[in-house]
Amino acid sequence: MKKLLRELTFPLLAVVAAFLVGGVIVWIVGDSPLLVYNLFFTSAFGSVDGIGYTLFYATPLIFTGLAVAVAFKCGLFNIGAEGQLVAAAFATAWVGLVAPEGWPAILVALLAMLAAVVVGGVWAGIPGVLKARFGAHEVITTIMMNFIAAGIVSYLTQYHYRKQGDPILETLPIAEMKDGVLTGPHIPRMHDLLAPLGINFPERLPLNLAFLFALAACALVYVFLWKTKWGYELRAVGLNPSAAEYGGISIARNTVMAMALSGMLAGMVGINDVLGYRYRYYDGFSAGYGFTGIAVALLGRNHPVGVLLAALLFGALARSQLFIDIFTNKVSKDWVVILQAIIILFVACEAVFRMKSKRSG
Amino acid sequence: MAEDLKYAVEMRGVTKRFGDVLANDSISLAVESGSIHAIIGENGAGKSTAMNILYGFYAADSGEILIDGQARSIQNPGDAIRLGLGMVHQHFMLVEPLTVTENIILGSEPGSSFAIDFKQARARVRELSEQYGLRIDADARIEDLSVGQQQRVEILKTLYRGAQILILDEPTAVLTPQEVVEMFAILRSLRDRGKTIIIITHKLAEVLALSDRITVMRDGRVVGNISTREATAEGLARLMVGREVLLRVEKTDAHPKDAILVVNNLSLESSTVHGSLNDVSLEVRAGEILGIAGVEGNGQTELIEIIAGLRPQTRGEILLEGKSIDRLDPRRRKNLGIAHIPEDRHRRGLLLDFDLAANSILGVHRNSPLSGAVLLNEQIIAERANRLVREYDVRPPNIALPARALSGGNQQKLIVAREFDINPKLILVSQPTRGVDIGAIEFIHKKLIELRDAGAAILLVSAELDEILSLSDRVLVMYEGRVVGEVDPRSVSEEEIGLMMTGGKR
Ligand SMILES: Nc1ncnc2c1ncn2[C@@H]1O[C@H](COP(=O)(O)OP(=O)(O)OP(=O)(O)O)[C@@H](O)[C@H]1O
Ligand SMILES: [Mg+2]
Repeated sequence: MKKLLRELTFPLLAVVAAFLVGGVIVWIVGDSPLLVYNLFFTSAFGSVDGIGYTLFYATPLIFTGLAVAVAFKCGLFNIGAEGQLVAAAFATAWVGLVAPEGWPAILVALLAMLAAVVVGGVWAGIPGVLKARFGAHEVITTIMMNFIAAGIVSYLTQYHYRKQGDPILETLPIAEMKDGVLTGPHIPRMHDLLAPLGINFPERLPLNLAFLFALAACALVYVFLWKTKWGYELRAVGLNPSAAEYGGISIARNTVMAMALSGMLAGMVGINDVLGYRYRYYDGFSAGYGFTGIAVALLGRNHPVGVLLAALLFGALARSQLFIDIFTNKVSKDWVVILQAIIILFVACEAVFRMKSKRSG
Repeated sequence: MAEDLKYAVEMRGVTKRFGDVLANDSISLAVESGSIHAIIGENGAGKSTAMNILYGFYAADSGEILIDGQARSIQNPGDAIRLGLGMVHQHFMLVEPLTVTENIILGSEPGSSFAIDFKQARARVRELSEQYGLRIDADARIEDLSVGQQQRVEILKTLYRGAQILILDEPTAVLTPQEVVEMFAILRSLRDRGKTIIIITHKLAEVLALSDRITVMRDGRVVGNISTREATAEGLARLMVGREVLLRVEKTDAHPKDAILVVNNLSLESSTVHGSLNDVSLEVRAGEILGIAGVEGNGQTELIEIIAGLRPQTRGEILLEGKSIDRLDPRRRKNLGIAHIPEDRHRRGLLLDFDLAANSILGVHRNSPLSGAVLLNEQIIAERANRLVREYDVRPPNIALPARALSGGNQQKLIVAREFDINPKLILVSQPTRGVDIGAIEFIHKKLIELRDAGAAILLVSAELDEILSLSDRVLVMYEGRVVGEVDPRSVSEEEIGLMMTGGKR
């Protein structure tokens, strides 16, 4: 734990520094940095609504951050989380759409979740196999798989599963309100989950069970990587493939496994969006979650706890965007994007600092 | 008399602490200008640390450094280079796909800030290479060079940057005997042209043959400072270790039993002669040590790696206790009782960023009770790691340290501990004492003999002819991927075996 804190010191400094630089930018543009900071904190953390949305926005980033981190621990760079989550989200909705009428909604929901995980895993597993068998670099292949996923899914949505005359590129719904009750496969929202405990969480907030899945995923990834023999092997391959091989660890098998696991985690984004929020597949639902996941993993030092914290930060930034845009005179919501960029830049500088500090012991 | 002595380097009261470890405890040493000065000491004595401080890699906690009589502050290697220091590290720092010239100018590229003046650089590299008899082709790619040549490139690099004082950290550990001879000639010629040389080594014979003065370190302190003329191997060994050390291997005759390992007509095709195997057959029996003598790069590495399951052979078969193991992966082979001490501990033997505990289970990490069906059994792993560290005297004995923080020799002890602990039937041993101090060499040799007497079959590859001849019960000589003969280690002469190793007929 102490080690983890030490690990996270630098990212923390990077974030603080980025906020300071971001403040200077606000000041140059001609607004008050304090106002912007204040807007950020109050909108993201100052109310139940704020916190609810921050957590909701953080959910997909926890999944994709973990996805990138797991691959990275095996020495692989999964740039394809975006394609994996798009394919998985469509698969989730597809199960809901093609399931026979009479099947219980809960069963269909379970199958849909399974589909999300399996399709995400397969979509990332393919580049894994290509790397293990032919040495095709995963950066190239995962990017290609992103385009393939986007193409296939748009096509299927457009020509096979879209409501006649709907101007939006989205599938038919899998669950709908009937007599005030949501019927069809879905997962409960936080409101429904907390109600039995006597907590009145606002019904309008989209935060849902998937957030708890995300927390569980953090814990599971931690246990997997550091406590199981498979995690040991995966990390060994990531650090030194030759030594891993010497230790009887299959590089090929771990490459495929790490990619598949990475894709499964990315695929869980589909559960949040399709089963917990929109109840349909909406083409373009992902605000670049797969790519932001790279930033989240980088900031979180590829550690589940770090990923969780980084995703919360990015979720908070996403939440505050609109407020900063509206309640300032000159600052637009792009400020948040700039801030994210500065954070990444600072975190990336770490390598340089580390090299220097190593010398002084 | 005293005023004639000019010191190129003086370190006074230099102290450096890493966490709990006092790596350098107020050490002082003085190196005469234009001399070869050896630093010796056990693994972890603090030799590399002292030199890394001198070269600006580490900052000392206290103490001062004088270069040519003037106190200097050396904050980073850049400062050191400006003061005329050059360092060749224990582990090379070359970029493999680049050429010699490209590597040498890396970091100090000549020419304007936009274009590199390659022509000028190449000419200078050629000139230096000729001047000091280094015989290096300026346009060769690093990956095509032998280890000895790579090392000369490192030396060339320091000379190119104008080094007057050369620091060499265990330069001979990785060299073949012939290369060592060449290296010594080069170092003497450098000294005769006024350069000052500081050399760290574990080989007492080399120290006595080469150096002018010797500094002995133990446990972070300087414990002796002697003129080489007055030194003896036994005396130095006693100073280093603090007790009498056996410099010879003591063993009784082997009593070999059944064949454990049988290799039949093993061949490996490769685009180069180095790295191919041609119809190698051999047999190692329980209770004997079979040594493979040969100049490095004549197929020994490949032979060992094929037997360990790390690369496939083109033809031929390998039998362990009469059963073919050709189709088994490295882990299954290890589980059958094949231990392997790899020649390159950083590339193969260790995960430098894992802690000692995690390194202590590499290869047996799936075995009960170290791991269960799913989880690693951390407590049992820690207990075992602590036991290994204690039994094999790995220092510092802290299993939570990353392997990277250990000195080279202690890293080797950890690997040896891990491999010997599986109760092996067959032990594949490559360069077991490379970079290891005399105390640890004595220990590893004793262990090998013990395991032999307990009935293990041992296949030993070493670049040290001495080691091969003193440990082995039988010796095969390899040249260009084939076995060119068998000799009796008790009666063969160095000339005879040397001739065979270089392709001459017996
Ligand atoms: N970066 C580091 N972090 C922590 N401890 C270190 C570090 N470098 C060296 N040490 C410790 O300092 C001590 C001295 O190490 P050093 O590498 O100087 O030994 P050495 O004399 O060069 O040994 P060898 O002959 O094995 O190369 C050892 O106990 C080592 O474990
Ligand atoms: Mg050293």
